[in-house]
Amino acid sequence: MFDATATRAGPTRRTFLKAGAAVGGAFLLGFHLPSAMAANAETTVFAPNAFIRIDRQGKVTLIMPQVEMGQGIYTTVAMILAEELDAAFDQVVLEAAPPNDALYANPTFRIQVTGNSNSVRAFWLPLRKAGAAARALLVEASARIWQVDPATCRTDSGEVFHDASGRKASYAALVEHTAGLTAPADPPLKSTANFKLIGQSLKRLDTPDKVNGKVIYGIDAMPPGVTFATLAACPVFGGKVGHVDDSKAKSLPGVRQIVVLDDLVAVVGDHMWAARQGLEALKITWVEGPNAAVSSDDVWKQLRAASEKEGVTARSVGDATGALSKGELIEAAYELPFLAHATMEPMNCTVHLTADSCEIWVGSQVLSRAQAVAAKITGLPLEKITVHNLLIGGGFGRRLEVDHIDKAVRIAQQVAAPVKVVWTREEDIRHDVYRPVYRDRLSATLSGGRIVGWKHRITGSSIIARWLPPAFQKGIDIDAIDSAADIPYDIPNLSVDYVRDEPPAMPTGFWRGVGPNNNVFAIESFMDELARKAGKDPVAFRRDMLGKAPRLQAVLDLAAAKAGWGNPLPPRMGRGIALQTSFGSYIATVAEAEVDEAGEIRVRRIVSAVDTGIVVNPDTVVAQVQGGLIFGLTAALYGEITIDRGRVQQSNFHDYRMLRIDQTPAIEVHLIKSGEAPGGIGETGTTAAPPALGNAIFAATGVRLRRLPIDRSLLAGRKVG
Amino acid sequence: MINLRINGDMRAVDVPGDMPLLWVLRDILGLTGTKFGCGIAQCGACTVHLDGIPVRSCLLPVGTIGERAITTIEGIAETPNGAKIQKAWLDLEVIQCGYCQSGQIMSATALLNVTPNPDDADIDAAMAGNICRCGTYVRIREAIKQAAKSV
Repeated sequence: MFDATATRAGPTRRTFLKAGAAVGGAFLLGFHLPSAMAANAETTVFAPNAFIRIDRQGKVTLIMPQVEMGQGIYTTVAMILAEELDAAFDQVVLEAAPPNDALYANPTFRIQVTGNSNSVRAFWLPLRKAGAAARALLVEASARIWQVDPATCRTDSGEVFHDASGRKASYAALVEHTAGLTAPADPPLKSTANFKLIGQSLKRLDTPDKVNGKVIYGIDAMPPGVTFATLAACPVFGGKVGHVDDSKAKSLPGVRQIVVLDDLVAVVGDHMWAARQGLEALKITWVEGPNAAVSSDDVWKQLRAASEKEGVTARSVGDATGALSKGELIEAAYELPFLAHATMEPMNCTVHLTADSCEIWVGSQVLSRAQAVAAKITGLPLEKITVHNLLIGGGFGRRLEVDHIDKAVRIAQQVAAPVKVVWTREEDIRHDVYRPVYRDRLSATLSGGRIVGWKHRITGSSIIARWLPPAFQKGIDIDAIDSAADIPYDIPNLSVDYVRDEPPAMPTGFWRGVGPNNNVFAIESFMDELARKAGKDPVAFRRDMLGKAPRLQAVLDLAAAKAGWGNPLPPRMGRGIALQTSFGSYIATVAEAEVDEAGEIRVRRIVSAVDTGIVVNPDTVVAQVQGGLIFGLTAALYGEITIDRGRVQQSNFHDYRMLRIDQTPAIEVHLIKSGEAPGGIGETGTTAAPPALGNAIFAATGVRLRRLPIDRSLLAGRKVG
Repeated sequence: MINLRINGDMRAVDVPGDMPLLWVLRDILGLTGTKFGCGIAQCGACTVHLDGIPVRSCLLPVGTIGERAITTIEGIAETPNGAKIQKAWLDLEVIQCGYCQSGQIMSATALLNVTPNPDDADIDAAMAGNICRCGTYVRIREAIKQAAKSV
């Protein structure tokens, strides 16, 4: 599967121009990845995907196919590559990959994307093999010089050693001797016992410049001659610009230009303040279009009606219909609202468009799509469009979309200078691509303290059908059913079906936690309800049905022990448990919460036990779970986007609230040592927190919460033991 | 012309007096370490110091600053508490995406300026105006305590 060649090439690839020209005479290793989604061998496309470059000074440059948005992936990917290469980690330099699906496509999705907590899972073996192949070439080169058997050489920290003769050579010195050598097709990989870097909490490579203001995010791009713009799209989704009175705005100091497009108006100024003042001074009449009357009531009516329809079967085991017809049928429906991403870095994109080139500065999770959308708008060929992918001030799925790039390029078509388009926070909240509303209907029957029949109907928007159409097959959205069709409990008769229902007006997109968000919330809340019906402790009830999921059973036991499950708590306090197998990781989470007489909630403590297979950087995994839990708590406690007259009603952090430090509980994350392949981690905490909290609140108050965000009025005045 | 003392340097800027300091720093002076998050003093990403006191630069008219010394994230390492906070932030790997962290570091440094050994309640009071979407609060709390202990 490898087609690696060592060359003494200078800038042989256009995509390497920047670094290659400066380095020259570098060791260049391209490697091919198998395409995970290919249907069969004939259609499998082999294409180089990532690179290691070593120059004659010994600098090891790792070309990063995945983008850094705070998840620590630069460091993690570098550790994986450097481990098998046996490079000294402090010699490693990172370079963000340019847009190029052929070279840098994610093996799972076949486009250049960072998302779905998938980077380590997708690149784990390919990157290890790339590192190992590079290492083998360097060993081969030194063995030839020394005229010894390569098998008698070893490597460590960027050097090759021949212990028998006491000789050694640095990778830097070997670079020129790799020319003409062919990399092994299937280089041996290190055994996990020999890992030197993997498993260590190495310091992150991206953080030193984040404490002193030096780091450059998309919003910080300042190309020479840059102008500043902000925009207003029609507040009603799908609406258009009618009339614009710009007489006052034009006369404001610092305002340079008013750009009126079909669907938006932008003001360009000498700085963002002028642009904002100018935008506020415009009198815009909108043609609101077909969504002008849509409200949240319409959304929920439509969704609830759709959830009464038969869905497309996603999984069927045994005889669910038969099992559900015997004994007491327990039913519940759970509902999740629209959510905005609210990345701390508001949406922005800087564009310099000339007659024959387009230069873009942006933070994007989908670099090749960023380039493609600019090509489509401008008519320029891809190679004329340069995308500088800068660090991302929060992705969470928002930057899997390219609407901000689309708008900025269309504005830039009207502006003679480079233009930085920065959205106000209000625009960012009101023109997001929202986590869809979902309705999950569950029903079950019990016998002997166990579930014997189970039906789960998921109703919601299909993001996959829009975002990755080839993956939407036979009416099933693989994201929407994730963690439901593969429910970990041992249930003899079950049925999971999916009803696609696109909400009116609102664009929908991926949001941290994706499909498992609604499924884990619904399933784990329902499991709690069933445990009470069965008269069993919620931990024991779950545990008895995990016979086929030993890794989940282990984290359940660990979390319960660490959380002191079963120890008495004062009145108005409760503990709740939630389990999940999402993103290839096994997680059990116990939340401890207190509810006061006014119905206000204090989350006191969260304990998560995590089995995510081999852990590359333990501290990063812990950080991701901590942060993910807080992201999930924010959603459970506050998150809801509503619409009225086709407009989003929330606008900024005062009415779209975030958890703050004074509401943050103590968080404990316990990692289980494992030799299994790594799982995904970035989104797991987000899916875990809401059901664990909901179950804790039930334990504290006896009130079952079936909708998010948590309605305090249901809890207020509640007299509890 | 408005004269500003920023990180020890005098800078003259030709801007309207009602222009918020945030945009003067970012768009006129190129000091992009101070961040725009909300524009209504709800998130704290734009926090800078005036004479060591934390302020939200997104709502602070530049014409009202006068002689007061402005310190931004680019200059905070020059202050003893700023350097301690930065070191603790890296030692405990507080940061994820990092976008809010300029503001977090400015608020945390200002806290230590007035409360050398803050307890949890002090930290909550001083830091509740700074939103972190990545959820680094647990580590922020630990790092402030570690910085307070360091010499």
